[in-house]
Amino acid sequence: MTTRYTKSHEYVRVEGGTGVVGITDYAQSQLGDLVFVELPPNGRSLSKGAAAATVESVKAASEVNAPVSGTVVDVNSALADSPGLVNEDPSGKGWFLKIKLADAAELDSLMDEDAYLEFLKSVS
Amino acid sequence: MSDSQAAAVRELARTPLYDLHRALGARLAAFAGYAMPVQYPSGIVSEHLFTRTRAGLFDVSHMGQAILSGPIAARRLETLVPGDIAALAPGRMRYTQLLDAHGHILDDLMVTRLDDEAGRERLFLVVNAATKRADFAHLAAKLPDCALTILDGRALLALQGPKAAEVLRRHVSPAKAKSVSAMPFMSAKSDERDGVVLNISRSGYTGEDGFEISIPATAAPGFAQELLAEADVRPIGLGARDSLRLEAGLCLYGHDIDSTTGPVEAGLSWSIPQRRRKAGGFLGYEQVKRAIEHGPSRLRVGFLLEGKAPARQDSEIVTLEGQTVGRITSGGFAPSLGQPVAMGYVDGAHAAPGTQVCLIVRGKPLAAKIVPMPFVPHHYFRGVQ
Repeated sequence: MTTRYTKSHEYVRVEGGTGVVGITDYAQSQLGDLVFVELPPNGRSLSKGAAAATVESVKAASEVNAPVSGTVVDVNSALADSPGLVNEDPSGKGWFLKIKLADAAELDSLMDEDAYLEFLKSVS
Repeated sequence: MSDSQAAAVRELARTPLYDLHRALGARLAAFAGYAMPVQYPSGIVSEHLFTRTRAGLFDVSHMGQAILSGPIAARRLETLVPGDIAALAPGRMRYTQLLDAHGHILDDLMVTRLDDEAGRERLFLVVNAATKRADFAHLAAKLPDCALTILDGRALLALQGPKAAEVLRRHVSPAKAKSVSAMPFMSAKSDERDGVVLNISRSGYTGEDGFEISIPATAAPGFAQELLAEADVRPIGLGARDSLRLEAGLCLYGHDIDSTTGPVEAGLSWSIPQRRRKAGGFLGYEQVKRAIEHGPSRLRVGFLLEGKAPARQDSEIVTLEGQTVGRITSGGFAPSLGQPVAMGYVDGAHAAPGTQVCLIVRGKPLAAKIVPMPFVPHHYFRGVQ
């Protein structure tokens, strides 16, 4: 299992050829209380960096980008009624979607946990 | 915040409570040229709900405070606003709008009649932060026979919520404790505490009972900390201030009203009394009179959304037949209702409560219904019955 991070604060946790995508704890803390999450339909094909989901906080809407290219194979339907799961447990129950990776080599362009933590120091 | 945001915040003006906001862990952002707290660590929803159930302390020192004085200052101010200022008794306040020659809103403001001093009427004005310079220049230019004293050495705090009165009475001079808690909504009183003059009004921007307190900048941090030491008081940022006023159906200048909207279409006719409608005598009167007599061509209305996705400013308002009839001016999630609400202008023919419409968000129609405002009932203290 490998977890990789983007500079826009998404993570993808890969097991086999499938990745679980969500936003990091830093991202949820910056967004504040989420009140709505709009997820893509199953089967949608996403390219790396494209808008995959939209999160609405009390104040504003923000986009969540696909950290890697691939096809959506599952979405976290619990977020429809409980968007706050993203605030409470962003890397666990607050996951967004599962994506079947189109090109595992794309992971190499993302940050590992150490690099992401280092990156956070530079932005906060 | 990023380096560039941090640099931008450093360039901003600060209120007298800036250091306190930092110490309280506020997330600061630029608002009207000031570094203002958007939220504190507990977050907007919790701050919002705390204000509705206990009491929230807001720093609104960025707003403009001034005293307009002159032998007939009230009559003179009436040439620029449609509200009834001349009939204000000392210690009473009104909400009104500064209008331009087209009857459009330059700003909305609170006007409090103070006691006369040496034969001069004195009006205490509180105006919006983003417009204060322009407002004061407008007043000075149009009313050269009045003196305008800008009170930039004073902070402004708002204490809002059902516990506000019970809390505030413990922090005024003992002689004023009882009378402060008995003040009715839209009245004002001054108090002197340890040599510090507090100008207290029972007013606010949340729909709750509460007070706004004008206090010298140097005394403000200590006073704020005293209030925050109360278990029933927490600091509240601009994020919850916005969601609270939205639920209360109150206009935010620059969004729901601006220099392209008039007071009648904005649903503010209640603030224009009969005498002013008949006699006029204020800038923009012809346009206001016409809107009152013929009905405005569009109207600010409230929307309750059916789903959980909020519609925000600039979303199109579309009829079920697909015709665009207006635009959203403010929208968001209403924490007290657990669902999204919005306000915006629609063509007069489609403004009736109960009308079903769609609000277009990211290209998708969201089902919504026009409802009367406020979305959450006001809880103003009207005095002991």
